[in-house]
Amino acid sequence: MRKMLCTAVVAFGLVAVPAMPALACGGLIGPNGAVNLTRTTTLAAHYKGIEHYVTAFTYAGGGGEFGSIVPLPGMPSKVERGGDWTLQRLQQETAPPQTAGVALAARAESDSSAEEVYKTKIDALDITVLKGGGKSVGIWASEHGFRLPPDTPEVLDFYAKRSPYFMAAVFDSAEAEERGQQIGDGTPIHVTIPLRSPWVPLRILALGKQAGERVEADVYLLTERIPNLLPSGALAGYRVERQVPASRQLLEDLRSDKGMGWLPASGMVLTHLEVGAAAPEMRYDLAINTNGGTPSRSRAGLPPLPTPPPPPPTVRPTVEPTPEPTAAATLGPQALPIEPAEPASVRWPIVATAALIPLAGIVTALWLKRRAA
Amino acid sequence: MNRGRAGAAVVGVVMAVAALASSAWGTIPLRTRTITLTIHHSRFSISHLDVQRGERIRFVVRNDDPIDHELIVGDVVVQARHETGREAHHGARDGEVSVPLFETASTAYTFDEPGELWFACHLPGHWRYGMQGTIAVRS
Repeated sequence: MRKMLCTAVVAFGLVAVPAMPALACGGLIGPNGAVNLTRTTTLAAHYKGIEHYVTAFTYAGGGGEFGSIVPLPGMPSKVERGGDWTLQRLQQETAPPQTAGVALAARAESDSSAEEVYKTKIDALDITVLKGGGKSVGIWASEHGFRLPPDTPEVLDFYAKRSPYFMAAVFDSAEAEERGQQIGDGTPIHVTIPLRSPWVPLRILALGKQAGERVEADVYLLTERIPNLLPSGALAGYRVERQVPASRQLLEDLRSDKGMGWLPASGMVLTHLEVGAAAPEMRYDLAINTNGGTPSRSRAGLPPLPTPPPPPPTVRPTVEPTPEPTAAATLGPQALPIEPAEPASVRWPIVATAALIPLAGIVTALWLKRRAA
Repeated sequence: MNRGRAGAAVVGVVMAVAALASSAWGTIPLRTRTITLTIHHSRFSISHLDVQRGERIRFVVRNDDPIDHELIVGDVVVQARHETGREAHHGARDGEVSVPLFETASTAYTFDEPGELWFACHLPGHWRYGMQGTIAVRS
């Protein structure tokens, strides 16, 4: 019989647990190696053309199995267990009041299931990276017992237009119980993606939420330069809580965590975004540009700006000629009919004739005079 | 027996047979027709239908989504029962059919009484998401 999976937690660990005291990093780890976060937390770091995506999947327990499908900006080169304290350390960095100061396809659709391009097991989590369009990922999910919420088809198509990669994470409940995992325990996952222009999926956070629900999350960015973000502004659905040079202490703490040695000791910018929006309004992602330019609208899932209409062609002003009075009287009895316009084309033979007559008379007179002489 | 009486007798027999048939099978539908509903991004392609009392409609439901859907036709009581029910699969009763992802299925329903009915999908969250429509049955 097909196992029924519920997408209880779609994107990241989103379970309300009591806030942990601000202890040293070691104190924030559960005895079973699990992490506990106050709310959905994600790190999207971009360094030397690589996006490092660290998030946590929360174990929901119970007798069933729970899975999540997360869109990925690109094909990951590695998916591994995330560091034990990276996400909590970032939360600690920005938690008030003790903050120290300053701080991530449209493809040709087929009727077959998505291609499994990467599989691994991290603690009790079965991780599968899928490649395919919204249709084929949906087929794969259905074949593997996922019960997807009604907005899934639209959301899958939204993401598949920009990237064919998705990550499915399913808790093995038997394995989780063996490991002593409790409900609410999260397993951190670190996804390494070679990516020139990073972007962070945000719309996925609203998947399965009802119209009156809100999306609340923390997103931390670590970039080599100050990032430009799109969308931005008051209606972007998030607030930039801080954007500061990452302190040496923070980077040192993060570098010492498992899998985080790629971080430099200095020179990174920490940006903390507090995401808070009504679920129906969360219909875009976060595009990032760290080169001083404007982030891509398509990477944010935003429609292209309307093309401005071409300017009207330049028209030279024309001077309407005034109608000429009839010239028939000056030419004698055979008057020309009255014709409006184009006086010049009628006038010049008359002028020439008028000039030639006296000239002919002068020439004749001179000839006669000479002859007489 | 003259011709007139023979003709009247034939007509009478025919009418009697018809009456028997209609009483055995219920109301003879005024007419039957087929309506195709397409589901895309968890939305029905039609939001309202007008039908005549006595019509029998064959609903052909084409599911273009990568998730399962269903079609339930009936009044508010029927809809409420399915919204809270746990029946995983439909197809045995008129006006109820499950439609797996990327498949097409059909069901038929006879509209006996005038009034307002609904058609909807009652998989978890689908009704609230907007998978519903109304049917006006006119006499």
